[in-house]
Amino acid sequence: MPESADVAVVQVLELRAALLAAIRRFFAERDFIEVETPAIVPSPGLDVHLSAFEVRNDTGDRVGWLATSPEYQMKRLLSAGAKRIFQLCRSYRSEEQGSHHEREFTMLEWYRGDATSDDVIRDTEELIPFVADSLDQPAPEVQPPWQRMTVDEALQFHANMTLDSVIDDEERFFRVWAEQVQPRLGTERPIVVTDWPASMASLAQLKPNGMADRFEAFFRGVELCNGFGELTDAKEQRRRFERDRVERRRAGLPIYPIDERFLADLERGMPESGGNALGVDRLLMLLLSAASIQAVMPFPAERL
Amino acid sequence: MADTSDIKKGFKMLLDGVPFAVVDHQFVKPGKGQAFIRTRLKNMMTGAVIDRTFKSGEKLDKADTEERTMQYLYPEGEARVFMDTRSYEQLSLTNEQLGENVHYLLDGTEVDVMLFEGRPIGVTPPTFVELLVTETEPGFKGDTSSNTTKPATLETGLQVNVPLFVNAGDRLKVDTRTGSYVERVKG
Repeated sequence: MPESADVAVVQVLELRAALLAAIRRFFAERDFIEVETPAIVPSPGLDVHLSAFEVRNDTGDRVGWLATSPEYQMKRLLSAGAKRIFQLCRSYRSEEQGSHHEREFTMLEWYRGDATSDDVIRDTEELIPFVADSLDQPAPEVQPPWQRMTVDEALQFHANMTLDSVIDDEERFFRVWAEQVQPRLGTERPIVVTDWPASMASLAQLKPNGMADRFEAFFRGVELCNGFGELTDAKEQRRRFERDRVERRRAGLPIYPIDERFLADLERGMPESGGNALGVDRLLMLLLSAASIQAVMPFPAERL
Repeated sequence: MADTSDIKKGFKMLLDGVPFAVVDHQFVKPGKGQAFIRTRLKNMMTGAVIDRTFKSGEKLDKADTEERTMQYLYPEGEARVFMDTRSYEQLSLTNEQLGENVHYLLDGTEVDVMLFEGRPIGVTPPTFVELLVTETEPGFKGDTSSNTTKPATLETGLQVNVPLFVNAGDRLKVDTRTGSYVERVKG
């Protein structure tokens, strides 16, 4: 390996370590507990557009899947009484490879019990400037408050169409979003997009206006995080899982099991909570103005 | 049958019967949504560049293309004749098909000829070619540093901007990707 590449790898290692340390400091100062949950889980998540890696033992028996996010287990910790928790872990998604995607990547996920999605949006707005300063990458443009926009407003502003006009055609919605909307979101400063369609609520509760209590922050056209005012109604959660399973069957996708222990813990009671999942590799890429997340990883799949 | 996982730079696909080469591609997946591959494609017949977005997993028709090394022989009316250096088979491309590349052809120049369904559709010349200056304003001795340039006509009719010290009769190295002057060749 040429000498210059060695230097780059060492720089990446130092910057990653500094970023992880800054994130831990940020949450420690706010009385969060750092938690660890398993990588091998009984259900990797039922979202129709996520594919997981199946895990088998030496005799060929399935032991589970690699988690696409630590969401179910972290919410079970909320049900068990934890109030403020965060985790830095690997998440695994097969069939995702591109300059902003890797089959395994570092996820920062945190939850606040007895809190709302607004509370975790505020965390996010404070976290990014905090880590930028810690890395000596001052970024005045990330200072709060960040601009807010609903999905409908973003569609009208960037694609000249209303959400109502595309809501019944999900593929068209995502195509327009990918081609025309997302590349223009947060070009100058980060932006928070709220009020997602109820059909894209996933594990979010619904707002009084019927929209999902879900938000995503974008910076320079890159999706940085996805957060929810969490759904705490076990019956509604089961209904959505069943719906996702029907959709997966229709699409010819593997139908993962429902995590019954997660639902049982929801049933037992989870406080109203806000949660957010943030791509750490993307954050580092953006802070350093790197061209890809692979540029800020020591071992992306292509270099393994 | 190919699909979107085969997409990489240079991958050639058929869209409405026309061959396109992938110039650039990006995997995009809006939060928890359908994944797409955004591509920039070059029409191999016309050179026009278009953007096209495919659903991840979408089936693609691979274009039946083949590249063969051939030697340029001679002009014939509005066309140019090439010969396969191994099979001695000859074929011709029109000046229109050759476009700018017509200016990089000297007797014996080796090029890669692109064939689509067995028919030639274009050539890729060597990255650098050496061409003789046939016409330019007289040079200024000693002026080798300034950024000022002047136009020059080369033996194939190609027009390039050259430094002031270049004279008619000089041999120049030209970058065929940009059509620009690289350096004066000694001797």
